[in-house]
Amino acid sequence: MKSRLGFVPVMAALGFVFLYVPIISLIVYSFNESKLVTVWSRFSTKWYVELLNDEQILNAAWISFKIGAISATAALVFGTIAALVLQRFGRFRGKTLLTGMVSAPLVMPEVITGLSLLLLFVAMESVFGWPAGRGLTTIIIAHTTFCMAFVAVVVQARLADMDSDQEEAAMDLGATPARVFWDITLPTIAPALISGWLLAFTLSLDDLVIASFVSGPGATTLPMLIFSKVRLGVSPDVNALATLMILIVAVGVMLAAWIMHSSKSKTAGSNSGEI
Amino acid sequence: MVIAIPMIWLLVFFLIPFAVVFKLSLSEAAIARPPYLPIMTWDEEGILSFILNIGNYFYLLEDDLYIYAYMQSMKIALVSTLICLLVAYPMALAIARAKAGSRNLLLMLVILPFWTSFLLRVYAWIGILKTNGLLNNALLWLGLIDQPLAIMQTDLAVYIGIVYTYLPFMILPLYTSLVKQDAALLEAAADLGARPATAFFSVTLPLSFPGIAAGSLLVFIPVVGEFVIPALLGGPDTLMIGKVLWSEFFSNRDWPVASAVATVMLVVLVVPIMLLRLAQQADEVQS
Repeated sequence: MKSRLGFVPVMAALGFVFLYVPIISLIVYSFNESKLVTVWSRFSTKWYVELLNDEQILNAAWISFKIGAISATAALVFGTIAALVLQRFGRFRGKTLLTGMVSAPLVMPEVITGLSLLLLFVAMESVFGWPAGRGLTTIIIAHTTFCMAFVAVVVQARLADMDSDQEEAAMDLGATPARVFWDITLPTIAPALISGWLLAFTLSLDDLVIASFVSGPGATTLPMLIFSKVRLGVSPDVNALATLMILIVAVGVMLAAWIMHSSKSKTAGSNSGEI
Repeated sequence: MVIAIPMIWLLVFFLIPFAVVFKLSLSEAAIARPPYLPIMTWDEEGILSFILNIGNYFYLLEDDLYIYAYMQSMKIALVSTLICLLVAYPMALAIARAKAGSRNLLLMLVILPFWTSFLLRVYAWIGILKTNGLLNNALLWLGLIDQPLAIMQTDLAVYIGIVYTYLPFMILPLYTSLVKQDAALLEAAADLGARPATAFFSVTLPLSFPGIAAGSLLVFIPVVGEFVIPALLGGPDTLMIGKVLWSEFFSNRDWPVASAVATVMLVVLVVPIMLLRLAQQADEVQS
């Protein structure tokens, strides 16, 4: 709107600097030879080598990856169903309750979610004998629960965006609801499903607090391992790990953005709801 | 029915657990596995007896630590929400008023950090803020300070960490409500002789109120129970209730007291959570 350098653009630019300086510093110092993370000595990739030989980290990364993939997939299915029910089924008994339960996990402090799920698992074990002990299964259940809320929000935003004319036309022409869903709704919301799954996966991969509560012996996730390392102070191999994770995420997000962009070219500016 | 699965799942794994927390907050801690005494017991004659123990709640009231931690959490959440708002508003406004092409790129730049690990982004601040960290080295080199500033392990570090991590949650709702505003309104205001500042305060700002409300609550609610940021960046005297709950559970292994702490936190947060629903509904109606 204004071409001269005003207050708003300068503040905005500073804001972006604030967002990116920490990330850039992580990446730069992952290539630092010195053990003192913030004192630059010379370029080196030795922390990456060390990282790739660290059995403990690789193991934790593999556990986190498995948990992330399974919970993101489950969250995608449940979250999409929840979004469809909320967006396409009109009014029904319990709609307010479902709306509340879908939106509350997004802001619920993680310590509460973690503690409450753990206590549920302990209570269930003493009553039904399942889940026996805590570990991968309980983390997957916990992650599915909070990730499905995020998937539901992303998919719901897409459903609200898409006009239901095509669905109605297909219905008028005699297509069954299942046919309409598979042939029209699903292909249209596919980009949102991809970004929903990716979001769920990264959230699961990143979760420390909830996993710490519901985890058991033998199920140490990557964030739990990082947290125990970081509590003792900064360590350069964590920087290297961070750089790798940032790289993977950046590539993934750009890929997703590219898929979204090439599949829908019209709805510009409406993608703000799809974080 | 397939469509009932999300409902049942969320009832079992989201809503019912709160009841379990409440139940446990009424029981007594014990050295056992799990470490608490049951509320319900059958005695020898087969009579069911309930022992409800509200002592945990009295305990929270008696010990200043808990009340102090709640107050401190509220204060930190409130102040950091305000700072977030002040930092995010110009950013959201700049994005909303950017050309359509660069708008998506700028939005992407806001969202990208949100996708990268939260834990690692908080960790990055340790390297910047610590005594021989990047910030102190830069300030010393510039000659602005003679001695390193002690920022790590203070409340200031916690504020920086919180504002940093929660900034996207504020920018996005602000942007959504700002981008919806009709540019003609500002032109009309200008035609009627309003200076840009006047137009901002009498048109743009009031119209963005739903975005301000939604963004503020999206930041405020989770920050009240924040654990990772005070644990990594704060000092021993940065008491936030999320950290207290964590240490009651993991260090003291007092599950009933941890449950009582969680119950009180939930009660405190119910009103803001309902307000958030209202703000989001108002935003949907407006569009």
